[in-house]
Amino acid sequence: MTTKSQALLNWVDERFPLTSTWKAHLSEYYAPKNFNFWYFFGSLALMVLVIQIVTGIFLVMHYKPDASLNASGVPVAFAAVEYIMRDVPGGWLIRYMHSTGASAFFVVVYLHMFRGMLYGSYRKPRELIWLFGVGIFLALMAEAFMGYLLPWGQMSFWGAQVIVNLFSAIPVIGPDLALVIRGDFVVSDATLNRFFSFHVIAVPLVLIGLVLAHIVALHEVGSNNPDGVEIKKKKDANGIPLDGIPFHPYYTVKDIVGVVGFLFVFSAVLFFAPEGGGYFLEYNNFLPADPLVTPPHIAPVWYFTPFYSLLRAVTYPLFGLDAKFWGVIAMGAGVVIFAFLPWLDRSPVKSIRYKGPIFKTALVLFVIIFFILGYLGVQPPDNGGIKDRTTQICSVLYFAFFLLMPFYSKMDKCKAEPERVTS
Amino acid sequence: MKTRAMKFVKRLLAAALFAPVVAMAAGAALHLDKAPVSTDPAALQNGAKVFVNYCLNCHAASFVRYNRLKDIGLSEDLIKDNLLFTADKIGEQMKIAMTRDNGKLWFGAPPPDLTLVARARASGDGSGADWLYTYLRQFYRDPSRPTGWNNKVFENVGMPHVLWELQGDQVAHVEEKDDGHGGMRKEVSLELSKPGTQTAAEYDKTVADLVSFMVWMGEPMAESRKNIGTFVLLFLAGLFVLSYLLKKNFWKDIH
Repeated sequence: MTTKSQALLNWVDERFPLTSTWKAHLSEYYAPKNFNFWYFFGSLALMVLVIQIVTGIFLVMHYKPDASLNASGVPVAFAAVEYIMRDVPGGWLIRYMHSTGASAFFVVVYLHMFRGMLYGSYRKPRELIWLFGVGIFLALMAEAFMGYLLPWGQMSFWGAQVIVNLFSAIPVIGPDLALVIRGDFVVSDATLNRFFSFHVIAVPLVLIGLVLAHIVALHEVGSNNPDGVEIKKKKDANGIPLDGIPFHPYYTVKDIVGVVGFLFVFSAVLFFAPEGGGYFLEYNNFLPADPLVTPPHIAPVWYFTPFYSLLRAVTYPLFGLDAKFWGVIAMGAGVVIFAFLPWLDRSPVKSIRYKGPIFKTALVLFVIIFFILGYLGVQPPDNGGIKDRTTQICSVLYFAFFLLMPFYSKMDKCKAEPERVTS
Repeated sequence: MKTRAMKFVKRLLAAALFAPVVAMAAGAALHLDKAPVSTDPAALQNGAKVFVNYCLNCHAASFVRYNRLKDIGLSEDLIKDNLLFTADKIGEQMKIAMTRDNGKLWFGAPPPDLTLVARARASGDGSGADWLYTYLRQFYRDPSRPTGWNNKVFENVGMPHVLWELQGDQVAHVEEKDDGHGGMRKEVSLELSKPGTQTAAEYDKTVADLVSFMVWMGEPMAESRKNIGTFVLLFLAGLFVLSYLLKKNFWKDIH
């Protein structure tokens, strides 16, 4: 480095921790050398977040959150999206990036969460990382839900109507709470404007804050790895973990491979199937919102459907409260229960590699159940028929996976963890 | 150890691939004919002509600007001389003079804007184009309806058969059949009772062109989207190889 640029760097470092931050988080942050395929999804989630923020900024330049009808009788918000798709140069690309990005975000985050469950990344000392992560997941769901209202199509409108109405099932405060969320007695212009505000300002701020906390906490304790052993236990004379390698350049170049691979799949969807077979952009959402015409079947977007199934599984009133209320509780619990994983898992080992047959079977069953619940969530209910019964059985099994974990993880026959990571 | 992780991936993939198959099998209430959608400029131009002459009086296409029709190979003069009936300037959108209130009064419901109809009509039964292609060929005479027309795909539709002089009159034969579950099922079959100015094959072609135009109109950038996409994927494939080699080079000392 030339002396002049070194002098500039020194000048900055005396006033701002630039070099020390770079070292602490990148060039001298030691990550285990045995990361596998599953470890791509953290950096990918960060990249999708950036895609969503950047495309979102450009969409807001042309979008108008206005439910009133224009001269052709089309809601202004709906027309604004079509204006972006047709008249804004490159607008269709930005819009499809944002709509495909929403689904991609959930794909990546679900795989990232599954990685945590595979290798016990939520276990001590990484409980806080996991809790921040569950917070990110919750914020992401709120962000997606409110963003979905903005195109002001039929599914936007009726999906919001159904979900906000759920809050009215909460005893005492419910009806007033639903009113506060909507800002009106039905989903209306007031709702559209407050959801817009939350979607572009409030929730992204929370998301970015939580993501920072997630990474800071991770870099404080260090990354887990597919073997679930702590690399900090074996260090060399300089205090560097024997199985650790600097994040930069090793994992920056490796993550570039992951990013390009991801972008290939992402672009294949974006350019050749942006509707995602009606799952990423629902067909009914190409009709403008009409408060007077209820669609025959209202299904949430695919990433909410496993939890939507939990909601629909509860059909019995209890303690004098409506079944709908308990459905809301089941749906909320289905999400929040992930936060308790660090304390539910009593296994002596972290990684699936050394866990016993019971835990492995339970995890495989859980994944299958998650897919079945997701599939049933897009199907119309069949009034107590085979689909509804399956939903109920799978919902019970879903919660059993978590609630019985303290028992089956403890009695499972685990293998001994190795001293060092295996390659 | 790697095989175990691979097994998980395989199971996940199997479940993900299986789900849409189940979804397809569960639906299927309407039988729709497969629409022969074309991107050929001649077909699209003919479709534009039919659309402007027959549809764009009651239905608007309020997101489509007339000058966008240059994308399907029409010149500005051709558009101005042959298609520009409902607007003064070529940069204007395909709007109509009929108000929504009058539309509601005359047809029972205001005729919908058709810009996105080919995307909105897609369902588990088929694409939006399939729906439109079937719908526009299955009108039949029904004296009990105010317009004198009914439709096999869209029962009791408010729209009369606008293309009747081309297709001619169809009549419906209704048969009650056992549905196999102890109930009766109405089966409607259509028969041409009075021929129109076009033969059945010519009429099918007219509707196919019209539907192709509506598909184009629903997403005018669809073709350029796919063209750009091909280059993007090729670029990313090349970049993938380079980034993989870069990674391999950096990692050669890590064991």
